[in-house]
Amino acid sequence: MTINRRKFIQAAGTVTALGMASAPYLSFAVSAAGMKKVVVVGGGIGGATVAKYIRMADPSIDVTVIEPKKSYFTCFMSNEVLGGDRAMNTIEFGYDGLAKHGVKVVHDKVTKIDAGARKVTTAGGSTFSYDRCVVAPGIDFKWETIEGYDANVANQVPHAWQAGPQTKLLLSQLQAMKDGGTVIIAPPPNPFRCPPGPYERASQIAHYMQQHKPKSKVIILDPKPKFSKMGLFTQGWEKLYGYKTDNSMIEWYGSKDEAGVIKVDAGSRTVTTAFGDEHKADVLNVIPAQKAGKVAFAAGLTNDSGWCPVDLLTFESKIHKGIHVIGDASIATGMPKSGYAGNSQAKVCAAGIVAMLNDREPGAPSYVNTCYSIVGKDYGISVAAVYRLAEDRSKITKVSGGLTPMDAAAEQLKREVAYAHSWFNNITKDVFG
Amino acid sequence: MQKRILSYLLLITGLALVFPMATLAEDKPKLMTGSSAAMLAGSCVGCHGINGNSAGPATPSIAGVSAQFMIDMMDGFKKGEEPSSIMGRIAKGYSDDEIKAMADYFAAKSFAKATQDFDAKMAKKGAKLHEQYCEKCHAKGGTSVEDDTGILAGQWRTYLEWSVADYRAGVREPSKKMRKRMEELTAREGDKGYEALIHYYTSQR
Repeated sequence: MTINRRKFIQAAGTVTALGMASAPYLSFAVSAAGMKKVVVVGGGIGGATVAKYIRMADPSIDVTVIEPKKSYFTCFMSNEVLGGDRAMNTIEFGYDGLAKHGVKVVHDKVTKIDAGARKVTTAGGSTFSYDRCVVAPGIDFKWETIEGYDANVANQVPHAWQAGPQTKLLLSQLQAMKDGGTVIIAPPPNPFRCPPGPYERASQIAHYMQQHKPKSKVIILDPKPKFSKMGLFTQGWEKLYGYKTDNSMIEWYGSKDEAGVIKVDAGSRTVTTAFGDEHKADVLNVIPAQKAGKVAFAAGLTNDSGWCPVDLLTFESKIHKGIHVIGDASIATGMPKSGYAGNSQAKVCAAGIVAMLNDREPGAPSYVNTCYSIVGKDYGISVAAVYRLAEDRSKITKVSGGLTPMDAAAEQLKREVAYAHSWFNNITKDVFG
Repeated sequence: MQKRILSYLLLITGLALVFPMATLAEDKPKLMTGSSAAMLAGSCVGCHGINGNSAGPATPSIAGVSAQFMIDMMDGFKKGEEPSSIMGRIAKGYSDDEIKAMADYFAAKSFAKATQDFDAKMAKKGAKLHEQYCEKCHAKGGTSVEDDTGILAGQWRTYLEWSVADYRAGVREPSKKMRKRMEELTAREGDKGYEALIHYYTSQR
């Protein structure tokens, strides 16, 4: 155990049930002698879930989550905040729930993972040794793919693709916008976090405008030829927002029009498309191309694609043994990059780690994903899938699922909204509760 | 000569048999099976709550329901006989053995009644109606699972409302006994009768 004393006491203090804070050295000795240690880097959906599920399956395992932020804002349902139907504080979650499961939560930033020495180093100067490490860093942006856009410019022109302050910024800009204004959303190329997200966002912004700024519109400038749930979104937009009419509140342009944004001028809120068209916006939301979160690169866990190749049975890195990568940063062949997918992968990873630390073979995994999108009032759509692993471990394979049917009855669309909210209430308890 | 034709035919039909199987194998790789009950159940709790106790408002709690009830529901979803928005798409992903394992897993958990608002006067009326029309199968005030019926007491209001609506619209098929009781209730009490029952079930803590 190489964790320094100050950090250790700080971490142990969160484990009230074991009374470790009162006798740190005793626990220290036990821990050094026999306890298997797992260090989880990142306290988002995947990281929080894996930590909790390891402790639930085997409370003898010492689990530490290292996460810089004191609370986490879920990306899912953040579009509803933009639409005005949900308060910001309902998507914010702290880490007290994890502490109740005996997970130690350390608020620090990981700077280095030494796979050979099995050691994690933080910006705060602490080191944590591990038997198994889980890296769940989420996404980072390929800023270089859009001229004039970077992390600083994002303080003026939000991406809002990591929820929290970015969501607040975009919300305040929407609220300050005049009626008759234009919002431009520039979605990223594949693969990216939450494939239906940009289109749900367009829907929710149109929903907000319809109530407060009816002369305004949303223009989507997309580098792709098509997008997730395209038929269903299109049908919803036709029903709710006059899509494809002269008064449509939403317009979508794709790769056929070379509509992808390649340049941003933050000062004039103007974007340039691949074709060369310039569009001026009142509110600009640029979501750049994505790659695995920073620490995945620092730890050398990525391949040329910018994401992390893993063994799909346990999510152990194919590059560094002993380190697992879950959630958006991983190449979970066959599954989308979604919060629910990250939660499901975390459960598979937790079961695998518990088996490995107890000298058992990991069992057969089962994965699930459901993505609800709220298109407007009483109008929800979804895509669902249940998956199993191919015997050769090459692919997470869909065994059932599918989309909300086209032309679904109003009652079904209304129920899907209530189910979306139920999913949110339950998944956030599953992760953070 | 005849033998030769026969072997030729065998070769052709043999090829015809082998070919589609090879294509199939490519489309659908052989999958790992034998997931543990906990692993399978892990894919339910994202929507149905920790240990199957939903945080609401619409997804029902499935903790503590009888295993046979859950098997019947899942089977109904698979066959398209039970109405659903999403379960029909999901249920097909699980074999009968897997469903049995999940059903046993959740049957062993305890049902936690949801805390919800209710109208005390309506709930009182509902209690009487329950005794009269429902108690015979949904015993002990709708808490019992003995007859492989669903748990009503403390179930989420929205789920109860939709279930009633689906039964009354003929979208969901009640048992013969239940249909008879519902017809009587509808004739004598109308919509208000169902409302009162739901207030009674949601009033239970």
